[in-house]
Amino acid sequence: MYQYDEFDRAFIAERNRQFRAQVDRRIDGSLTEEEFRPLRLMNGLYLQLHAYMLRVAIPYGTLNSAQLRQLAMIATRWDKGYGHFTTRQNIQYNWPRLTDVPDILDALAEVGLHAIQTSGNTIRNVTSDQFAAAAADEIEDPRPYAELIRQWSTDHPEFQFLPRKFKIAITGSPNDRAVTKAHDIGLRMVRQNGETGFEVIVGGGLGRTPMIGKVIRDFVPVADLLPYLEAIVGTYNLLGRRDNKYKARIKITVHENGLEKVRDLVEAQFRKIAPQFDAGATAQHLAQLKQQFAAPDLPPRDDQRYHDARRIDGVFRAWADTNLHPHRAAGYSIVTISLKPHGGTPGDATDAQMTLIADLADRYALGEIRVSHEQNLVLPHVALDDLPALHQALRAAGLATANVGLASDIIACPGMDYCALATARSIPVAQEIAQHVDALKLEHDIGPLKIKISGCINACGHHHVGHIGILGLDRAGVENYQITLGGDGSEDAVIGTRTGPGFAYDQIVPAVERILRAYLDLRRDRSETFLQAYRRLGADPFKAALYHTEQEDAA
Amino acid sequence: MTQATPVKVVTANSLIEGDVVWLAKDGSWTDSLQSANAFTDKADAQTALEQANLRQNEVVGCYLADMRLGPTGLEPAHFREDFRRRGPSNYAHGKQSQG
Ligand code: HEM
Ligand code: SF4
Repeated sequence: MYQYDEFDRAFIAERNRQFRAQVDRRIDGSLTEEEFRPLRLMNGLYLQLHAYMLRVAIPYGTLNSAQLRQLAMIATRWDKGYGHFTTRQNIQYNWPRLTDVPDILDALAEVGLHAIQTSGNTIRNVTSDQFAAAAADEIEDPRPYAELIRQWSTDHPEFQFLPRKFKIAITGSPNDRAVTKAHDIGLRMVRQNGETGFEVIVGGGLGRTPMIGKVIRDFVPVADLLPYLEAIVGTYNLLGRRDNKYKARIKITVHENGLEKVRDLVEAQFRKIAPQFDAGATAQHLAQLKQQFAAPDLPPRDDQRYHDARRIDGVFRAWADTNLHPHRAAGYSIVTISLKPHGGTPGDATDAQMTLIADLADRYALGEIRVSHEQNLVLPHVALDDLPALHQALRAAGLATANVGLASDIIACPGMDYCALATARSIPVAQEIAQHVDALKLEHDIGPLKIKISGCINACGHHHVGHIGILGLDRAGVENYQITLGGDGSEDAVIGTRTGPGFAYDQIVPAVERILRAYLDLRRDRSETFLQAYRRLGADPFKAALYHTEQEDAA
Repeated sequence: MTQATPVKVVTANSLIEGDVVWLAKDGSWTDSLQSANAFTDKADAQTALEQANLRQNEVVGCYLADMRLGPTGLEPAHFREDFRRRGPSNYAHGKQSQG
């Protein structure tokens, strides 16, 4: 995994030193809030509803155990004993004191982490597949490329004041676990004539105007990746609208100018700047990065204990059925640790849980941990034979909820419980839905289902690409929840369709239950998933179920 | 329906802690809504806000929040101010923990 070099260390130390001085000057009164605000945002520090919030980047979702332990330490020492993992592979601390933040940043730097470009109109944390380098379906590990992009984009002088924030996601697998089509740039690794390159997608995004990205070039060879990205971001920097914040994202640029025009400009810019890039040096650097991400040595292991446990222990079997994914190496598995206990806050982990997971990663998973955009943690390389012991340890810590990919594995943004922009709460809605499907013992019967909740139209909770999406709004001073159906964040990404009028806070859980029961009635058989049934039948039967009782109530 | 009087309070986040505070009658910042100074007169509220805005080394983001003054004291007119008063719903470690 990537280790900071001397340059990185010096750069971060200098940034932190600057920020410490800026905090001091804010407190002694020599900086006004107006002057200080952009400076704190450059370091990931927001002011939210109840407190400051520090957003720390977890590059492409990869952590080592020392880093996770340090994140836990920060939660203990400077926060309220927990952290919140987000859909953008960040961790957010919800309660730091302003005066402690410089110390927190120094503690992060000790383990090669930072909060730079986690806010502001810059290229944000590059996100990736949480199963990178482990997934059986992968073409190649996307992370060396993600790291290359991170180094290119961090402190890039031209791209610190873009028209708006800019998000890049990269996947090395045809099964897209990084929602590439809902990013400003999505990169999908492909192979053409034996050569690795990228299909480049631009102009995806959620928020107030959700859009699925479009393919701007179906093959960019590895050697051209950085100049091609630079050409896209540079073109956007010139062409993107600065007159209206809501029309400033590249999705609007592509929409208003047309893909053809944007493509022509990008290609022309690419031809112009490509010669300025030293392809040889990049190739050499990439080769070094690939060494840092070299595939771990996974010696053959017996798997008898795994099969025994499956046979005799139903709890283990249920967990294994939902929380494991196929590994490329025989005898190994990818383990997703659900941060969605029924009734818990989606994405939260306590300091003790983080420390335990770091220890378990050391014991069973080569010290590596991943953060998924679905707000779970992942141990990417675990021998099948170690799974029963791992499961036991997770279970003892309340970390063995067998619900990955099911109805209670809900993405929820912080909503009005933390976020200053929110129009309604998200977290308690997620908690209640999860508790309800658990009480009814429905979710294993329902099978694969993605419910996603946002507390305002910014769509941080990805509700547009939820199979069931929930958007919290303010209707005349009361919380109201709108439902979308049929969204999909996979390689076949689709924006969901709004069903109709929203539901009051105390009506949203019953409304979701009606959709779920309609699906159980309508599906061909257990093998037809919710999304498949929705695609076959369309929205009408679900809408009928959703609004039927409302009409009765009104009558 | 109710005899509650519409009033305004000055609210902000404290500079160091970031937590929600209200301007009290004695001019200090309080973390209890019930101690907030309730303005019935719009011009008075506006003046208090302007003065509060000058206290940059104590607070961030002052604004006037709508409240109702009823028999039990100050009640937020909008649910956002209710959450600001109570703290987050998922853990009792915001203002809830202060009783
Ligand atoms: C609590 C502080 C947060 C603030 C102030 C905030 C702000 C915003 C804003 C303003 C947008 C809309 C951007 C646009 O369309 O131009 C947005 C979108 C988004 N945010 Fe957040 N957000 C916050 C937290 C989060 C969290 C916790 C997550 C992950 C759980 C997240 C992930 C995203 C994603 C995925 C999008 C939408 C997709 C897109 O950019 O097209 N944000 N956020
Ligand atoms: S969707 Fe809205 S409420 Fe939720 S985190 Fe994003 S900005 Fe805040």
